[in-house]
Amino acid sequence: MTATQKRCVQVLNETLHELFASRDDVYLFGEDILDPYGGAFKVTHGLSDAYPDRVVTTPISEAALFGVAAGMALRGQRPILEIMFGDFIALGFDQVVNGISKFREMYDDQVTVSLVVRTPMGGRRGYGPTHSQSLEKLLLGIPNICVVAASECHDLRGLLTSAVEDERPVFFIENKLMYGRVNRRPEDGQVGQLSVRESGGPYPALTFSGTDFTEASATIVTYGGMVPVVLDAVTELILEHEIFCEVVALSQLLPMELDAVLESVVRSGALVTAEEGTLTGGFGAEIAAQVQRAAFDFLDAPVERVGAPFAPIPFSAPLEDAYLPGADEIVAAVRATLSDKPSGP
Amino acid sequence: MSPPATFYERMFFIRRFEETLLDLFSLGKLVGTTHTYIGQEANAIGVIDHLDPRRDVVFSNHRCHGHYLAFTDDAFGLLCEVMGKAPGVCGGKGGSQHLCKGNFYSNGVLGSIVPVATGIALAEKKKGTGAVSTVFLGDGTLGEGVTYESLNLASLWQLPVLFVVENNHYAQSTPVELELAGSIAARGAAFGVETAELDTTDVEVIHEAAGQAIARVRETGAPFFLVLDTYRFSPHSKSDDQRDPAEIEERRIRDPLKIAGARLADDERGAIEQRCELRLAETVDAADAAPAATPEAA
Repeated sequence: MTATQKRCVQVLNETLHELFASRDDVYLFGEDILDPYGGAFKVTHGLSDAYPDRVVTTPISEAALFGVAAGMALRGQRPILEIMFGDFIALGFDQVVNGISKFREMYDDQVTVSLVVRTPMGGRRGYGPTHSQSLEKLLLGIPNICVVAASECHDLRGLLTSAVEDERPVFFIENKLMYGRVNRRPEDGQVGQLSVRESGGPYPALTFSGTDFTEASATIVTYGGMVPVVLDAVTELILEHEIFCEVVALSQLLPMELDAVLESVVRSGALVTAEEGTLTGGFGAEIAAQVQRAAFDFLDAPVERVGAPFAPIPFSAPLEDAYLPGADEIVAAVRATLSDKPSGP
Repeated sequence: MSPPATFYERMFFIRRFEETLLDLFSLGKLVGTTHTYIGQEANAIGVIDHLDPRRDVVFSNHRCHGHYLAFTDDAFGLLCEVMGKAPGVCGGKGGSQHLCKGNFYSNGVLGSIVPVATGIALAEKKKGTGAVSTVFLGDGTLGEGVTYESLNLASLWQLPVLFVVENNHYAQSTPVELELAGSIAARGAAFGVETAELDTTDVEVIHEAAGQAIARVRETGAPFFLVLDTYRFSPHSKSDDQRDPAEIEERRIRDPLKIAGARLADDERGAIEQRCELRLAETVDAADAAPAATPEAA
């Protein structure tokens, strides 16, 4: 089996094993992470057997655990906190807003808070309103944290290693469906039929093109669990509508760096944002604001946003399917924005 | 100096430092808010005297000046910080409630600090430093649920945390009777944490009990829950005090400075007070002359 054929959960798990082997300041805290159970999504499998002193199973006390991780980090350790469902970050919000994100600056750089919060977001598993959300946007308004979203096309080993080695507090957003899927890394600059460019830095952006970057009618920017959905939509746009889009899959959501998006928008002249969470005050809203300011002259149409309705995620499969944004919504948004372009598609 | 003289001097300095802050507010030299420690000085001195600032850690709350002075003796850094001056211990970014120096930390959200102090204890235990992590809470903080999560973790994981509950009988303006059900000490005991409760403002009694508590933490590596019944004579922050003046006067009989001062000869006490006043005046002058924290300076 080559590296590119591994499932995402296995890559994350192997990376954690590597990090534990190479650094003795890395600790892992989480609920139900002990072997043989190995965590609700099995990302931590085998770690507690190998490193019993540094892998700590915890009570169901997320609010305190965020603080415990902060205390560990203030004293020079590198804790990784696994929050079983992304929805549960709400329980730790005081620690994030009033402690973890603030200690370094309000203590005038006398301390660092190097910690990683790993948590899976996303629906499509029928877990209902409180176990399916994509709450990244709640983190995007917090200064001095880093929000990293993994996707099945990103270098998961590189992302997670960078997160643990980062001086800043990092939220490392995983995705429930991603775990079981193959980590589709570019080979010879290609993922399937699409050409891929990867930016530099600890948390690279991936830009996909169906024309080897010669032609694009629109740019779609997305992250995390929406990446495969958007790639499906792009294939459909090519095959069914002969519309070629570039896709920018960000991994660094905060601090927001949009160079890859702007470069693509300069080529395409149109932008669609795609996220699984609700739209108001979200990922797409922030990108739309920044891109219109930075690249107004290059935009030939208003920025379109795709996301979930402003309501809780319903449980039943048909209801959830209707609620969550899918490839159809992305295709429709791209076609809508192109109809606004003076030049057309 | 004899211990009674040392205790008196350190407590008197905290008292006068805090009174000076309130004066500086009246003069318009301080802005924002401050929560003074007037009346509770014996707790900070009695507990922190047993800690080693090079090894042990203190996490304090919004009412942190007494703890800070007891642990660091850095009056200039604190006053500059509270005055928003560049040499402030956090460069004017933190202010009265958000201090950090060496192994001392404070933060202004009640309850928020308790799990952080617990995590600090875990880090120190894993590193094998032998440090005790002391966290100061009040009766008001006992309304925050994360306090109990932290007690559970500290006991479950046998962490060297000293929880000091300073029950000053008021959460801002709300008397303890309106905010707390049940026994305070039983809260620690319920988690299997060794507990002691003192109803005294005598620094020597507190010092002895705290010494035993900290010795227990060092000996067992396990947490300890120390409840100190106390009272603050000053308002919650600056002028927000609706308590019955007669109630406050009655409590002044137990003023920790009176109790500690009575152990000294008049001339010795006078010399200590004079020394403190001089030091404080010099500190105020120096802080007053220091440059303000400005965006350019930061």
